Amino acid sequence: MLQIVNLTCTRGDRALFGRLSFSVQPGELLHIQGANGSGKTTLLRTLCGLSQPADGEIRWKGTSIRQLADDYRNQLCYIGHTNGIQGDLSAAENLQFGTCVGGADSAADIAAALERVGLARAARLPAKLLSQGQKRRLALARLLVAAKPLWILDEPLTALDINFGAVMNERLASHLAAGGLVIITSHQELKVSGRTHKISLDS
Amino acid sequence: MSQNLLGTARCIFKRDLILAGRKPADVATPLAFFIIVTSLFPLGVGPEPDVLSKLAPGVLWVAALLASMLSLGRMFAGDHADGTLEQLALSPHPLTPLVFTKILAHWATSGLLLVVLSPLLAMQLNLPTHAMGTLVVTLLLGTPVLSLLGSVGAALTLGVRGGGVLLSLLVLPLYTPVLIFGAGAVTASASGLDTKAYFSLLGAFLLLALAFAPWATAAALRISLD
Repeated sequence: MLQIVNLTCTRGDRALFGRLSFSVQPGELLHIQGANGSGKTTLLRTLCGLSQPADGEIRWKGTSIRQLADDYRNQLCYIGHTNGIQGDLSAAENLQFGTCVGGADSAADIAAALERVGLARAARLPAKLLSQGQKRRLALARLLVAAKPLWILDEPLTALDINFGAVMNERLASHLAAGGLVIITSHQELKVSGRTHKISLDS
Repeated sequence: MSQNLLGTARCIFKRDLILAGRKPADVATPLAFFIIVTSLFPLGVGPEPDVLSKLAPGVLWVAALLASMLSLGRMFAGDHADGTLEQLALSPHPLTPLVFTKILAHWATSGLLLVVLSPLLAMQLNLPTHAMGTLVVTLLLGTPVLSLLGSVGAALTLGVRGGGVLLSLLVLPLYTPVLIFGAGAVTASASGLDTKAYFSLLGAFLLLALAFAPWATAAALRISLD
């Protein structure tokens, strides 16, 4: 489904990795590993289409994502290092805006998603009062509302407590069971049941 | 059901207005700047009514221009820092109309307020009352052009150290035609001349900026995010 062919990425003048090829099928999780600075985030941003690769191609269902453009972006949900949360808006307003921008219906059940990530009581608090882990939960709640097939997650488990880390593993497993795709970077060991692959960017 | 473009644009507009309401200082600073700069002129030049009314069109326009430039920095900086801009760029909707919505919301919380304030400050500078209408109309046509052109500069200087100074160097030269014809119209109207040509030109600037600026800004934002 998602096919990466001979991908080469550079950062400035420095080559991060070259001629990387792999593919991810529905129901599969790809765990990208590598030392700090090995290019994990760059790879994910390139897979989203935020950064342009120096060489190579990324195909979604056989078509280059450059050609698909908006249609491809409609398939994916990306949670990066920055949570995309504005401190002066409440948690619920942030989630509502995030899903709206992501193209999902704003009437989608925001309250239920907040409940599921354990933020029901913080829904009306300004997001700047949330802890780092709570902000991360709020960002991850977008995955639940948006219902996109391709999840691209950059270190989703940072700042999360052990309990929610386990919840997150379950969510990933149920997404895979429903035929979704996950591409994830994490320094923690993932305990997701389902088809998981690992690649390492360390040469 | 998925959200259509108009619905998403409405979300963005509403959010930006709510945010402006929750950070009133960001909105008030350019307005205070506008008031203070125009008030300094009578103090510096002296309270001669004739001199002041001659200076009024230029002073009001230059002050409005600088004030609107002052507010450009916040157009994308906050969204860039917290990652909202990435989410916008990854939206299934084309970035250009989304960016246009942000510019519109920015103008509504900066340029539009300058327009509302301008008659009051014009009285302080002894601008003839019959030129007041022209001042408001030229600012109404001109300030959106300032926001539109400024958005390109704001997008290009995102994340650049010392971006504020660079932004003004980039944007101020582009503002000059608007300043010339905006202030020119008010001067003409104050001396009882026809202002139709000025309005047509300002309208043409606005249409041009509307057509190209959002697109250029969207392209610049994609470069800044890369």
